[in-house]
Amino acid sequence: MRRFLYVARGVGWRSIHNTLVSPAILLPSIIFPLFFLVAFAGGLSRLADVPSFHYAPGYTSFQYVFVFLQSAAFGGVFTGFAVARDFESGFARRLLLSAPRRSGIIAGYAIGALLRWLITGTVVTLAALIAGMNVDGTRTDLLGLLGLGILFNFVAALWGCGLAMFLRTEQAGAVIQMPVFVLLFLAPVYVPLPLLTGWIHDVARLNPATVVLEAARGLLAGSPVKFALALALLAGAAALLAIFARRGLASAERAG
Amino acid sequence: MDAELSAAPGLLEQIAAVARRSITRTLRQRALLVFPLLFPLILFAINGSSLSAATKIPGFPTRSYRAFALALPFIQGALFVAIATGTDLARDIETGFFNRLALTPLRGSALLVGQLGGALVLACIQSVVYLLVGLATGVGIASGVAGAFVLLALSILISFGFASLGALLALRFGTGEAVQGIFPLLFVSVFLSSSSLPRNVIKVHWFKEVATYNPVSYLIEGVRSLIITGWDSRALALGFGFAALLVIITLGLASAAMKTRLVRT
Repeated sequence: MRRFLYVARGVGWRSIHNTLVSPAILLPSIIFPLFFLVAFAGGLSRLADVPSFHYAPGYTSFQYVFVFLQSAAFGGVFTGFAVARDFESGFARRLLLSAPRRSGIIAGYAIGALLRWLITGTVVTLAALIAGMNVDGTRTDLLGLLGLGILFNFVAALWGCGLAMFLRTEQAGAVIQMPVFVLLFLAPVYVPLPLLTGWIHDVARLNPATVVLEAARGLLAGSPVKFALALALLAGAAALLAIFARRGLASAERAG
Repeated sequence: MDAELSAAPGLLEQIAAVARRSITRTLRQRALLVFPLLFPLILFAINGSSLSAATKIPGFPTRSYRAFALALPFIQGALFVAIATGTDLARDIETGFFNRLALTPLRGSALLVGQLGGALVLACIQSVVYLLVGLATGVGIASGVAGAFVLLALSILISFGFASLGALLALRFGTGEAVQGIFPLLFVSVFLSSSSLPRNVIKVHWFKEVATYNPVSYLIEGVRSLIITGWDSRALALGFGFAALLVIITLGLASAAMKTRLVRT
């Protein structure tokens, strides 16, 4: 366990250090969510006037929750890019040789993803508050919202790390990113689920990201819904993707 | 020496040779073709359905959000054309191919226009595919068959303008990374426009102002007018006008950058 923690701490520290000293890595992960917040909460706010649109805190809060979770997911995805970059540069191979407990590498990257997202999440939250976001949830509700974000970030980091370790090339970026992007946008992003019609309603109803998004929106509005289900789904996804990431690591070990 | 110079190929032949290489390279790179085609279509499929509730907003110009959203893939596709063109040209600079070309009698203008040949092919393929997908998903073209051809012409002109922008960035910065780094900025310019809602129904004042001053709004509205309105001379004049302006400015600056780049090498 001590060796696991030693490796995890080292990789995590390096990951966050690289993020902080390299604007090319840090800025996109901050700017993109901010841009989505501005584009959606600003440009689409008229959607709140559509009949049957009910979300008490308002449209900025409605979109903030999506952007908050999206930034959490992309914090994880971007870590997958970093893993791929480490493999291309040869650093990951040296890391595999030197790490006394290799599973600590995945944990380290996940820690890096979490710390990176905490910066982004804070900036997005401050921006939303400045833009006039209403928060109706209690402190406990907001802790629940943060918990969902952390779990979502962890799930995405495991996905990104696992796939990057399987593919070991920066060209895997689109393959890592696209499924997460599509999964998120197949949830009720712009309007609540009941206002969606046609195929998108059917898909969104079955999409697990919808449950997480609805639970998070419920927490911000102070009327929690499906929170336990969202936690269970994220925990289940984390367990499955931890196995996937471990297999990715094994694949990288075999490749040498 | 004079005889050798007079035997050098003419400008058109030079353009054709560079364009042939550019087109072949574009067609050989499947990823370059598929991703720019697929991504805007995925967004079209998702947003076309997810935002259908927007048609209930008073003043919304059509009852089909899909028809409203069809203009967007044309513009997003043009952004991808810009990146593809810029990245290809930057690769030529980075690998030294450009330096070797500079030692030949090839003219800078032939090199620039020829390089844009691949972009033009990509733009044509994209525009036709987006239009066919729109028609296949039940979107009607309000301006009819002639309007569809005008739409293709406008779309290709816009793509050419963005391709010239990509070439300009490659020539100025000389690296693919720099060209790719500009992509988020271009993407933002599309979202801060009337891409998702018409300007008259945007509620937030500052956003409406930004969208009004953003030329991308007029490019989108030009394309969109042919789909949902019919023949709107004002929207078309603005659309074609801004597209032509984009071509003139970026191509002019790219030509100047090409001269500098050739002097440097």
